[in-house]
Amino acid sequence: MNIAYSTELICFLVLSSVIVSGSLAVVLLENIVYSAFLLGGVFMAVAGLYLLLNASFVAAAQILVYVGAVNVLILFAIMLVNKKEKLKPIKGLKSRKLISGGVCGGLLILLLRVSISTKWSLPGPTSIGEEATERIGEHLFTDYLLPFELASILLLMAMIGAIVLARREVSFPIDNINDSKDQKSLIDKKIPLLSENSLK
Amino acid sequence: MNSGIDLEMSFTQGVQNLGLSHELAHLLWIPLPMLLVLVSAVIGVLVTVWLERKISAAAQQRIGPEYAGALGILQPMADGLKLLVKEDIIPAKADSILFTVGPILVLVPVILSWLIVPFGQNLLISNVGIGIFLWIALSSIQPIGLLMSGYSSNNKYSLLGGLRAAAQSISYEIPLALAVLAIVMMSNSLSTVDIVEQQNTAGFLSWNIWRQPVGFIIFWICALAECERLPFDLPEAEEELVAGYQTEYAGMKFALFYLAGYINLVLSALLVSVLYLGGWGFPISIDWFSSLIGVSIDNPLVQIIAASLGIVMTILKAYLLVFLAILLRWTTPRVRIDQLLDLGWKFLLPISLVNLLVTASLKLAFPMTFGG
Repeated sequence: MNIAYSTELICFLVLSSVIVSGSLAVVLLENIVYSAFLLGGVFMAVAGLYLLLNASFVAAAQILVYVGAVNVLILFAIMLVNKKEKLKPIKGLKSRKLISGGVCGGLLILLLRVSISTKWSLPGPTSIGEEATERIGEHLFTDYLLPFELASILLLMAMIGAIVLARREVSFPIDNINDSKDQKSLIDKKIPLLSENSLK
Repeated sequence: MNSGIDLEMSFTQGVQNLGLSHELAHLLWIPLPMLLVLVSAVIGVLVTVWLERKISAAAQQRIGPEYAGALGILQPMADGLKLLVKEDIIPAKADSILFTVGPILVLVPVILSWLIVPFGQNLLISNVGIGIFLWIALSSIQPIGLLMSGYSSNNKYSLLGGLRAAAQSISYEIPLALAVLAIVMMSNSLSTVDIVEQQNTAGFLSWNIWRQPVGFIIFWICALAECERLPFDLPEAEEELVAGYQTEYAGMKFALFYLAGYINLVLSALLVSVLYLGGWGFPISIDWFSSLIGVSIDNPLVQIIAASLGIVMTILKAYLLVFLAILLRWTTPRVRIDQLLDLGWKFLLPISLVNLLVTASLKLAFPMTFGG
């Protein structure tokens, strides 16, 4: 056992334990903000696994998309609506938890069976390392051209839509905040912290 | 291209000559550049803080720090020392775990991004293939740290500041990435070393700023916004938000934010010089110059001079940009949050898309000048 191999093994064990315990905590924790932050940690650990597999481009894309965009969006949504109020007790919460736990356990057993019974070709294909970026590009523009183009059109539409939405003129009601009578109405109106346009 | 000076190779060979295995030599090498970069980043920050204080003083017709060292050059050290020994306060109603992790999450990605800044052919920590993409990915972690510290402070100003910071950093990341994409398209590589090399074929005439003037301006505006510098320092707008997400922080945790901000500024300046101003390249091509005086480029003396000149050039270009950023900070008024988001989404995003499109078509039309 040489140094490189043992380092890899240690990294793998640490990362996978982070992923498993982190995702369990995401589901089981009561505090939704903790769950959201831990989700970011889990995404980062998954990126670490990709890095361990010499897929640095995929790892960076994982961080950019999942941590930088998806997770931040989730956090944004949580923090904007996070009112300190008790949720109504849901009927039959215990049985619901049991059922979902059972489904997840069943899925886990199924996947374990697949991963044990499949004859993996070991050792796997050698990684191409730094060339991976070019290879991904080649594949995207040959074998996977149609899905790639469809996805880009979808994203372009979303982007243009964002620009169009942001360009729309929005008129805010003008309030006289110096008038004490209007102070009450200002409070009643509940003007959101950020305008709709800024939530992108 | 010649390979220039390769410190890693000579170091590992030197250690191996002492009778250690190749792997162990490599393991010994790994921490050295990291330490070097950490030290240089911190020194860069100290210099920048001093510059900021001196230039702001000059802009306001004051003298600025004067007594600590010659021209007050030790003032940032004194500031740092003060922050180091200050009491570390965690507000009673704050969420202490998130409150502590937040600043760390802000600082670590910024320092990690120094991995890809080249000071010369082989003078960078790691010439990773994804290069500049790594920086974009890493800088997208920062908003999480900002949201975390804003939320955990349990203070309305902090929360608003954190939300503002995250919104600002997300919206300016897109034009930034598109501007970088245009550069990447021209140099056919994500690696920062390749990007610089492609610019250093004919001295300063081949720098990317001539081929990407619009991209340069977009990148600079976005970099300022990402660093939360005035005119874009809304997350900590004093008159509205006390100090934004930093309001509740004191001592070393505040220093982490402070450090992250300035390291990010220096890093952005370095990356602008790498992407648009030819990185370590001297305004006059060194190959041409050495052939003019009749010395071979492989001469060790020429190599050493070229390497040190490269470091000096990179730092000089970066600090010129830092100077510009400081001057901008002390002479421009702050924009409003709606103006900021308007600028990002209505102006910079369409412009950067058009810039990308124009670059792609120019690349097809003139493959010689735009890297075919």
